Amino acid sequence: MVMTWPMVKAEGVHKRFGRLEVLKGITLELQAGEVMCLLGPSGSGKSTFLRCINHLEKINAGRLSVDGELVGYRQVGEKLHELREGEVARKRAEIGMVFQHFNLFGHMTALENVTCAPIRVKKEPRERARARASELLGRVGLADKLEAYPAQLSGGQQQRVAIARALAMEPKLMLFDEPTSALDPELVGDVLEAMRQLARAGMTMLVVTHEMGFAREAADTVVFMDEGVVVEAGRPADVLASPRQERTRAFLSKVL
Amino acid sequence: MADPGAADRLAPAGRPDEIRAIPVRRPGRWVAAALILLLAASLIHSVATNKQLEWHVVGQFLFDHRILSGVFMTLELTVSAMAMGVILGVVLAVMRLSPNPLVSGTSWLYIWFFRATPVLVQLLFWYNIAAIYPSISLGIPFVGVEFVHGSANTVVTTYVAALLGLGLNEGAYMAEIVRAGIISVGEGQTDAALSLGLSRLQIMRTIVLPQAMRVIIPPTGNETISMLKTSSLASVITLTELLLASENIYAVNFKPIQLLIVASIWYAAMTSVLYVGQYYLERYYARGATRELALTPLQRIRSGLFSLERHEWS
Repeated sequence: MVMTWPMVKAEGVHKRFGRLEVLKGITLELQAGEVMCLLGPSGSGKSTFLRCINHLEKINAGRLSVDGELVGYRQVGEKLHELREGEVARKRAEIGMVFQHFNLFGHMTALENVTCAPIRVKKEPRERARARASELLGRVGLADKLEAYPAQLSGGQQQRVAIARALAMEPKLMLFDEPTSALDPELVGDVLEAMRQLARAGMTMLVVTHEMGFAREAADTVVFMDEGVVVEAGRPADVLASPRQERTRAFLSKVL
Repeated sequence: MADPGAADRLAPAGRPDEIRAIPVRRPGRWVAAALILLLAASLIHSVATNKQLEWHVVGQFLFDHRILSGVFMTLELTVSAMAMGVILGVVLAVMRLSPNPLVSGTSWLYIWFFRATPVLVQLLFWYNIAAIYPSISLGIPFVGVEFVHGSANTVVTTYVAALLGLGLNEGAYMAEIVRAGIISVGEGQTDAALSLGLSRLQIMRTIVLPQAMRVIIPPTGNETISMLKTSSLASVITLTELLLASENIYAVNFKPIQLLIVASIWYAAMTSVLYVGQYYLERYYARGATRELALTPLQRIRSGLFSLERHEWS
């Protein structure tokens, strides 16, 4: 039997932007080594929830923990203490994130993008960081693009550099925020292939996506969200093929 | 059945003839060119033949040692005041964007104050600082610890007064330029850097500012060129820079126009050098922003020469 434990645990997570309540009590659990896909219409709070997990957004109520530790706070008795910026940064370094618009550092080459954080955050020796970075870039099929600047790469190539950049920190959890939404259709395949590889290698992944094909074959769990709540969750075969909720059915009939 | 001729129609046989059209006539351009040439010729003629201008006097003083030391003083003041302005500008811009209202408010107040008063007034103010603060000391206030102490007239020399007047004022303008640059870098860059575990300071230094430079450099070059000439205001507080050096000479020989021409030639020469510097600096910070860098004029000339040579050999 393989030991498993919750990598992400959310209990009644609420998030407000001003008076707009984006998350209205999200409760879910992602087991270590599993892949979870978050589905749902835009504006349903999927991306916000993802950003809460590495504390890019602060939650207003509920409990959110990664690998058994609260995100952004330390609990002493009954009271919550905010973590210092340095402590938050250390925890973020253990969580990789891939963005819809890649967000590669425009003034750095592909190689520099990947070595940046290992050198500056982990204080890894320059040479070793470079060697690991070229190996990672090779694994996502970009061995010949090490010296290219982001502007010289296609969207699909940029997104694969972004994946390599996140992996270079050797994260225990990877967050994907609509990684293929900004790509031309013919470039989506390469990025999804890189993600499938990662899933097969046993990475714990939380993926916000509209790629139903990917969700069906790569996910262990799919979660359907709408208007800030989890509507339905389960194995992809169940949720995608025979949804129990009307809202899920309505959404799936539009995207499938 | 499919149309068997379709493929042929899509791919025409042979290459069509190159277009050799007769260009549109543009008589307006010729008229304008003729007018401009005429005006230029008459201007050059009047300047060259005007005996009152005494060009030999200009030549005589162009490399006079007093003028040259004025040139050096102007350069020194420009460089140090700009350095002070840039450093202050970055600090003020980062302060201005701080979430702490006291910090951003302080920066706002500073920028407001120095933009609200003329730089010439500020120069005169620093020059006369001894009138209100006869002695100046550096230490911890209210507890009586002092590191440096001196009379204002020895600490604030003419040069220091000019530097403070120009540099502090420049800081306020540079702050706005740097702030615009920082804002121009997308939030996604900060998000990505945060998610990798970089600290706020690291992000500002290694991710945001380098990319903001592309927006910051052109107006900064503009400010430097402007500073080069604004530094002539320091002549009012008796700093012997290029303008005062020229004035001192014509106060004796009564040739103001000739010496002002000498000063203008030097100002124009220094400005032209700054143009070149700005070009290469902009190029450096454009890396990554454009797919391919345009060739520099030098590279273009060189590649032009090589292609000519190859042409001759073949």
